[in-house]
Amino acid sequence: MSQATALGHAEHKPPYRSSKLPDVKLLMWVFLASDCMMFGAMIGTYLVYKGRSLVGPYPLDLFDIPLTTVSTFVLLMSSFLMVLALDALRKDKISQFRLWTTGVIVFGTIFLGFQVFEFSHFMELGLYQKTNLFGSSFYMLTGTHGIHVAVGVLWLIALVVASYIRPTASKDAVYLDIAALYWHFVDIVWIVIFTVVYLVDFV
Amino acid sequence: MASASASAPGLLGRPTGTRGISSWITTVDHKRLGILYLVTSFIFLLAGSIEAGLIRAQLALPEQQLVSPDFFNQLFTMHGLTMVFLAIMPMGIGLANYFVPLGIGARDLAFPRLNSFGYWIYALSGIMIYTSIFLGGAPDVGWVAYAPLTSLSANPGNGVDFYMIGLAINGIGTLVTAMNLIVTIVNFRAPGMTYMRMPLFAWMMFITSFLIIFAFPPLTIALVQIVFDRSFNFVFYVTQAGGMPILWQHLFWIFGHPEVYIIILPAFGVISEIIPTFSRKPLFGYPIMVLSGIFIGFMGFAVWSHHMFTTGLGPVANAVFSITSFIIGIPTGIKVFNWIATLWGGHIRFTVSLMYAIAFLVTFVLGGITGIMVAVAPFDQQVHDTYFVVAHFHYVMGGGALLTFLGAAHYWIPKMSGRMLSERLGKWAFWFLVPGFHIIFFPQHLMGLVGMPRRIQTYEANIGLDFFNLASSIGAGVMGIGLVLFLITLVQGLLRGKPAGDDPWDGRTLEWATTSPPPAYGFHVVPKILDRDPLWVLKHPEMLEGGHYQGDLAAEAADDEEFESFHMPGASWMPFMTALSIVMGGYGVLYQNWFLALLALALLIFFVFAWAFEGLGGEHYTVRKATGEIVSVEGGH
Amino acid sequence: MFTFWLSVVVLVLVGAALIYALVRFRSRPSDKGIPKQVHGSVLIEAIWTTLPVIIIIMIAIPTVRAIFETESRFEPTEDDIVVNVMGHQWWWSFEYPDLGIVTANELRFPVDRRLVLNVDSADVLHSFWVPRLGGKIDLIPGQDNRLWLNSNEVGEFYGHCAELCLGAHAYMRFRVFADTPEDFDAWAEAFQQAQVPELAAQAPAAPAQSELVQQGEALFAQKGCIACHNVSGYLTEGVRTGTPNYPDLTNFGLRETVAAAVMANTPENLAAWLSDPQAIKPGNYMPTLWAADDPNREEEIAAVAAYLLSLGVTDPESGEDLAMGGAN
Repeated sequence: MSQATALGHAEHKPPYRSSKLPDVKLLMWVFLASDCMMFGAMIGTYLVYKGRSLVGPYPLDLFDIPLTTVSTFVLLMSSFLMVLALDALRKDKISQFRLWTTGVIVFGTIFLGFQVFEFSHFMELGLYQKTNLFGSSFYMLTGTHGIHVAVGVLWLIALVVASYIRPTASKDAVYLDIAALYWHFVDIVWIVIFTVVYLVDFV
Repeated sequence: MASASASAPGLLGRPTGTRGISSWITTVDHKRLGILYLVTSFIFLLAGSIEAGLIRAQLALPEQQLVSPDFFNQLFTMHGLTMVFLAIMPMGIGLANYFVPLGIGARDLAFPRLNSFGYWIYALSGIMIYTSIFLGGAPDVGWVAYAPLTSLSANPGNGVDFYMIGLAINGIGTLVTAMNLIVTIVNFRAPGMTYMRMPLFAWMMFITSFLIIFAFPPLTIALVQIVFDRSFNFVFYVTQAGGMPILWQHLFWIFGHPEVYIIILPAFGVISEIIPTFSRKPLFGYPIMVLSGIFIGFMGFAVWSHHMFTTGLGPVANAVFSITSFIIGIPTGIKVFNWIATLWGGHIRFTVSLMYAIAFLVTFVLGGITGIMVAVAPFDQQVHDTYFVVAHFHYVMGGGALLTFLGAAHYWIPKMSGRMLSERLGKWAFWFLVPGFHIIFFPQHLMGLVGMPRRIQTYEANIGLDFFNLASSIGAGVMGIGLVLFLITLVQGLLRGKPAGDDPWDGRTLEWATTSPPPAYGFHVVPKILDRDPLWVLKHPEMLEGGHYQGDLAAEAADDEEFESFHMPGASWMPFMTALSIVMGGYGVLYQNWFLALLALALLIFFVFAWAFEGLGGEHYTVRKATGEIVSVEGGH
Repeated sequence: MFTFWLSVVVLVLVGAALIYALVRFRSRPSDKGIPKQVHGSVLIEAIWTTLPVIIIIMIAIPTVRAIFETESRFEPTEDDIVVNVMGHQWWWSFEYPDLGIVTANELRFPVDRRLVLNVDSADVLHSFWVPRLGGKIDLIPGQDNRLWLNSNEVGEFYGHCAELCLGAHAYMRFRVFADTPEDFDAWAEAFQQAQVPELAAQAPAAPAQSELVQQGEALFAQKGCIACHNVSGYLTEGVRTGTPNYPDLTNFGLRETVAAAVMANTPENLAAWLSDPQAIKPGNYMPTLWAADDPNREEEIAAVAAYLLSLGVTDPESGEDLAMGGAN
């Protein structure tokens, strides 16, 4: 029994793994691969239906590129703050981690605010999901993206709140790491959407 | 020296019981979940077989009206849905759940609660789809549900909604299990278990999991588009708005073709375990078997439009997809050659498992050949949507996957239960099942060539179809008897079979190096892994000197700590509760009951948080490696 | 056929290898130890990879050639017979735009010309398939698909819808007739006489009809048939009755089948159809026009049937009609 006690109850050796990637990080990468296909199918649908709506309003009637550029910039900045947050946590700077993560939450919420504004503005101008193929494919694509952002925001709020409830340190960084991966992915998807849906029509 | 679990007490705590129904609902043990998958999928197989029996009864004679056209449409739709999504695919997943960890020397999957969640989503969504029968009628649009048959105007009833919502939920379960398997295979291989030493079944499940990751999302999107069209006035497939039915076909088949490889690759893996074991030789050409599996997986995404040769895609598209469909036949053929080469020169033991493997070889090769035939686009334009195609895919999926999994039952039930299935009873079942199968489906090639379309509730008399249909239906009776005999074999074996012992087959892979059934923690001690077929080389160490062994024996044997310490995961209610909330939400959306849907969403969020914060649970084990003796067990915290 | 025989050869070779292995290498009591643990052979793998590649190339070349020969987009020439096919649940509309013909469920073309079909659907997916003449083409709403067919011989060919369209899909059949050029011209003329207003005005007066037929003609309006179906010439020349959503019944007497080729076109079958369409083709859109207890039912049904069977038939006594060139 003494040899067993010598192993220590409080500290169990990290278990053997056959690769250097933490389990949850690998899981997140695999999840993002599937999410990629999901957005790919929606973007594909949008592209197939591009130019095929039988009635308007049409994209050129509605898109406000300067405004959407601002919201894109906000989302990009949030990714930058995410990098700072992860770096802070890895260095055990907990209050900085909380600060930068709250920044991501705020910027993400601002982005969502822009989305809500844009959707209600388009609806005022007569674009609903039932109006035409553009409406259906646009709302489903950007709406799903918006839900992804909202889930990310909720997740980050949970992480910040949890850091007050139980001790959080650099050893927990992997949990922020995967949230950051998710966040960057959602940002990259937005870049693709912004390019393919908004910008391409204006070139 | 066990001690109590230190996780949160009360309702949200991690349960610790190991007996009774609630222990099965809360289990995260990959072996129990594997058994749940296998039992559930077998029940759905029986349901699908009853549907098939009714179909064949209706079609036995021309111009019969045993069932109405509407009911007939529901029968073949549910038959396809059930067999593909609720029976055959989950059988592969169930076997993977049980035998991938054991095969790679792991004690469970990477994320045990996620595993449980995957199972419960499958079971509950399958039940949900079946409730459609009593709630206004099952879906009647074929398992492919081509738009605009699924539009609200063409199909106002609830059946289509059960299809769309039920299948979308079902897909979530499949996706998470695939993710779980990938992380397990990458991270949980025991020391010494390199990728090229893994059992081929583990490799095939690895590839299958990637196929699932990439193939299911397009299906999910297509399903959601139809749900949106029907429930929220979207216009994706509304012809009057310019919606294009062909988009559904593209999205569906970008999923649907990889799906059939998702079904067959696990079967290929099982065959690659059974044939070497009963030939007493290693699998011939293991690296090529791995590579060809990867190539099939990859090409599986490049052939989808061969299901659309008659939709007017044009000669360039049809030529491209004909060529890619030819190409995918090559690695498949190579696998068949390698299996025959494994048998060649061996000492072949004709157990029932091997008999099923041989039946697989014959049936699958025939199906593969008709596959090459339908890859010829002009030929397919004759036989598409006829019984020729029905014959083709039943040969590869029924003959291919089903026969294999029946063989897997004989092979692996001894390990799972500790009891052997009767070889004698098994042979009786085999000799009804296999000939019955061929009597059903071989005439269907001819029915298609003579001109009988699919999905028709009846056919004109005296135009050359009567004899083949009658023969096919008689075959269904024969195969049905075989299925009953198989059921009897199962029950007799599980209740009164001979004790199996650890290694009844003189096996080659790690699952035979532990008890039958294995303990909750899998292995007392994970054996040293020195080569492919790691158990076999431990039994026949002279093989290591023959140049087969590529590693560093000294380095791999150097891990000589006296004790091994590991953590076994704890049970949990959260996966089941989360799955239940999702299915509840599905009903909410289906009935447009937004209160129910929002309640389900709130519960979902609650249970996800409870899942995240319910604490570690489980136990830490310490084992003395030399003897396998458990030295201590403590609750997790 | 080449692919088929190649497949047979492959099957025989693989099967023979399998059977040989199973017989020769079955375990015997005399087996000692374990067999030679062969892991593989690069040479053998190379051979049985290369051979299938060669076989595949041999199949692919004629396949691609056939695809381009049969499917390349083309413009119909003057010699082609162009038919616009519209699929409906559960019947077929055939319109010959160059000839001014609109008919349903039976399509005729001259055996010396190519038949070019432009297909579309009014509702869900259907598929046009005449097994003995060629491959099928799907009818997809909103999409222009095209198929061409020809025939080596005069004859009658069965067709069937080959894409699930719910309801009466099993009963959505049709007929294609490859006629001699003379027979086709006569048939086409019978339609043009009826449907093209100028020609209809010039057509010879119809022969005197029997009383039953006249009664049926009146009932055709009274029972509401004209609300759905068109019979050209029923009203003043050139005015169509009914809607394109339901089968055109012009020259119905020239048809060989009833209800989208579900039954032969005889007085008994036609009466059975009129009496209870749902019993013959469950789920179709034709209503039951006579209540079961209607006292006039048998007589009226016989009258309407007689009327329909008279359409297009020029000599009611001999049953001669234009299309059959004298023989009915």
